[in-house]
Amino acid sequence: MRREVPLVLTAVVGLTMIISHFIPPLNILKDLFEDWFFIIAAFAIYLGVLNLLRVNADKIYKKQADAPFGLVVIFGFLVITIPGLFFSGGRSFSDPGTPFYYLYIHVYYPLSATMFALLAFFVASASYRAFRARSVEATMLLVAAFILMLGRVPIGDWITAWLPQGYRLGEWADWIMDFPQTAGQKAIMIGIALGVVSSALRVILGLERAYMGGE
Amino acid sequence: MNQENRQEEKSFWEKLLAIDRRIIFLFIVVAVALPLFFKVSMRIPVTPVAQGTYEAIESLQPGSKVLASFDYDPGSMPELQPMAEAFFRHCFRNDLKVIIMGLWPQGPLQANIALEEVFQDKDVKAKNLQYGIDYVNLGFTAGNEVVIDRMGHSFEESYPKDGYGTPIGEIPLMRGVRNYDNVDLIFSLSAGYPGTQEWVQYGVDVFHVKLAAGNTAVQAPGMYPYVQTGQLSGVLGGMKGGAEYETLLGIPGRAVRYMFSQAVAHAVICLFIIIGNLAFFASKKRKRS
Repeated sequence: MRREVPLVLTAVVGLTMIISHFIPPLNILKDLFEDWFFIIAAFAIYLGVLNLLRVNADKIYKKQADAPFGLVVIFGFLVITIPGLFFSGGRSFSDPGTPFYYLYIHVYYPLSATMFALLAFFVASASYRAFRARSVEATMLLVAAFILMLGRVPIGDWITAWLPQGYRLGEWADWIMDFPQTAGQKAIMIGIALGVVSSALRVILGLERAYMGGE
Repeated sequence: MNQENRQEEKSFWEKLLAIDRRIIFLFIVVAVALPLFFKVSMRIPVTPVAQGTYEAIESLQPGSKVLASFDYDPGSMPELQPMAEAFFRHCFRNDLKVIIMGLWPQGPLQANIALEEVFQDKDVKAKNLQYGIDYVNLGFTAGNEVVIDRMGHSFEESYPKDGYGTPIGEIPLMRGVRNYDNVDLIFSLSAGYPGTQEWVQYGVDVFHVKLAAGNTAVQAPGMYPYVQTGQLSGVLGGMKGGAEYETLLGIPGRAVRYMFSQAVAHAVICLFIIIGNLAFFASKKRKRS
């Protein structure tokens, strides 16, 4: 029963969602399943929070090597949550001037942006080491990347301002984006879509059971 | 050239190939930070895809309703926040009504931050905009693409209340707004999943809504096929897209200001790529000889 019930539920819900697209009266069932999804999605957030706390509290309790990081996570969680829940005017918590807004702007905002900004350094370092004209394909990639990196910023047009209109780096970059890039994206999209369809069918038909935590 | 000199030269190229990455990091810091102290005005050429987004908003009649989905967090703020500010300036300048929502928890807050910035403008202040009449923030709802799908039938089922807990039936701006049929455009500002792609798949393809977007530079190339097929009116890609939008609006903001920094950083990376390849070929040649 532990296997059969989830399999039947998955098959019924999956098939209903597909069929309802073609048979509108079945939208009643679709809406019902979507309501269930909303409830599960909302609870998943609480589950995620509780799990985060449990995992990190466990680390501290067992005095694992990374226990100090666990402490930082729990401290950060409390520092943001308590002012947000109790001292920020209830549902107006995200308004300018509340303690939550202050923490968001002065702590979370710069920390989050810093993490993302680090990518620039790794991209630069990786470009230096990886972009080598070792083969014809690598050279094509290198040339395309070069044109895009310069052509997508104003400096590209500035360097090639002496060329006639239509031959400047910015226009080359636009051409790469509009044609070879878009063609490649379409091929990837079609491939992914076919993969998603086949995976969905495997799940609905019960052939793919990894989501139940086994096989 | 004697053997000793050749040996020295070879070791120079090899050293260059194995350059400490911290030196590259240092160059990038300088390339990004230093230009921020200079005011250099650069001509920003506008691409057709950015023009498409601008025209989708510009073509709306005063009083039209725009649903803006804020689907990003502070990590993508340098790229998307200038777009958000320009979008609000554009809407308020043209007397459009804005309905804000978020598929990401931080999204509606990012919208509030952008609004706070935009409300400092004299022209916007003069309009005396009021919450609930000229704009509304519905907040965040969990459920990703299912939220988009559900809103096609009824906004109220996904967002029974706005971000402040007011039932949306009591909000003047939301009166008469039942589903996508009652909004004139959807503007998706997104940095990943759920985002513009889900809006195309569940909003445009199923409910035939008109959609324009602003994306991070990494995500934007994936949206080009949708622009080409007309599923997406246009897309603003990264900070460059933001700068193009500001240029079209005639209100240069942060994106235009930061373009010089981005341009120098790109030039430095290109320079490193050239040096890396020169070193690669020089050391290969030495090895052969």
